[in-house]
Amino acid sequence: MFKTLLQRELKLALRRPAELVNPLVFFLLVISLFPFAVSPEKADLAKVAPGVLWVAALFASMLTLELFYRGDYEDGSLEQLLLVTRAPYLVALAKASAQWLLSGLPLVLISPLLAGMMYLPDDGLLPLFLGLLLGSPVFCLIGGVGMSLTVGLRRGAVLLGLLIMPLLIPVLIYGAGAVTAALQGLPYNGQLALLGALLLFSLVLTPWASGAALKVSVSS
Amino acid sequence: MATWTWFHRWSSPKWFYEKSGRWLPWLFTIAGVLLAYGLVHGLYFSPPDYQQGHSVRIMYLHVPSAFLSMSIYVIMAVCAAVGYIWRIKLAHAAAAAAAPIGAAFTFLALFTGSVWGKPTWNTYWVWDARITTELILFFLYVGFIALRHAFDDQQTGDRAAGILAMVGVINVPIIHFSVYWWHTLHQGATISRFGKPKMDPNMLEALLVMIAAYYVLFIAIFFLRLRNELLWRERQASWVRELAK
Repeated sequence: MFKTLLQRELKLALRRPAELVNPLVFFLLVISLFPFAVSPEKADLAKVAPGVLWVAALFASMLTLELFYRGDYEDGSLEQLLLVTRAPYLVALAKASAQWLLSGLPLVLISPLLAGMMYLPDDGLLPLFLGLLLGSPVFCLIGGVGMSLTVGLRRGAVLLGLLIMPLLIPVLIYGAGAVTAALQGLPYNGQLALLGALLLFSLVLTPWASGAALKVSVSS
Repeated sequence: MATWTWFHRWSSPKWFYEKSGRWLPWLFTIAGVLLAYGLVHGLYFSPPDYQQGHSVRIMYLHVPSAFLSMSIYVIMAVCAAVGYIWRIKLAHAAAAAAAPIGAAFTFLALFTGSVWGKPTWNTYWVWDARITTELILFFLYVGFIALRHAFDDQQTGDRAAGILAMVGVINVPIIHFSVYWWHTLHQGATISRFGKPKMDPNMLEALLVMIAAYYVLFIAIFFLRLRNELLWRERQASWVRELAK
């Protein structure tokens, strides 16, 4: 069941590749704004790099949330899916997995390139990469809860940010914290372990919340 | 069986409306007496702090607000969960009635904290763990209220906001323990259930009275708001029409 759902999501998404490139372009654009807004100096950029890269990654993954629910909601296939499966959490989990594979993972993969643009010292590269690898699925999972709550609303997009940003702050703290610790020559496996714990925690719990929320949104 | 009928009666809006109406004057009286005692005691009779001087007195307003800001979120989440799981109308109404009060107390905690911060830390705002998590709590309340009102259908709004409250409640322990987990500017807990409090008994008494006063005041305002909420939600019901006559 999960496999079929995931394959469907991937197939549908790959048919509109332009939309999948959008978050990557957005990520790139946001990063390239900082040298203009802050300063093009190497020292200044390197100092803010960990935080800037993480915040930009968060915004970029929020941008894609709409993509994965809105279309299905509008043409009624979300309702059909929920009627057929009787396991709404599987639908939610498939959505979140597809979203991560198609938008989260590419974001993680190009992060070293963008880190180079921000003059992030080499010591910070590995924790940034590993941190994003653990943290970006959490964005998709918690974002999925927010999206399934607001999918039936016309003003959903604005509300979505308000609902999920507060919940994503721990990811941001530990993610950027790991990079900062590595730059100071400190061990960063503690932060990564916490990110891993957050990932497992949200992997277990958020599909249930998303599934329940989907049922509420669709029944209205 | 007796407990069950008792429990079921509580979940009936009409029964609650009648009972709470009789309690309200008492609740407000008790809250008023406690507030008057606590304020006079705290603001006038208790000693100034040896380090902070008279500015410590804002603690009598600040600490209870901070206590309530977290308690109310938990109460709201529990009510929302009860309403979501057992589909009890009263529970959803209770969550809806509690949210704005919680947001108000959170704001009060942030505001009094910043007024206190100016003379003590010489700044109105610090990005300290406790303060920042409290601000996030404020956003959680605002999110709950906004989501509930965003749906045209009240029942859908209740259920959706209920899920959000249940998800958001994991942030409350984070706020509570932030002082221990991140050693930043904010001071640690002064009152602990274990061990002797590190505080002058006079100050402690005033503070405890203020905390009690705030809780009773919260219950009173909560009942008042819940009664309004019930009248609005049950406006088609016969007992409300009977009342309106």
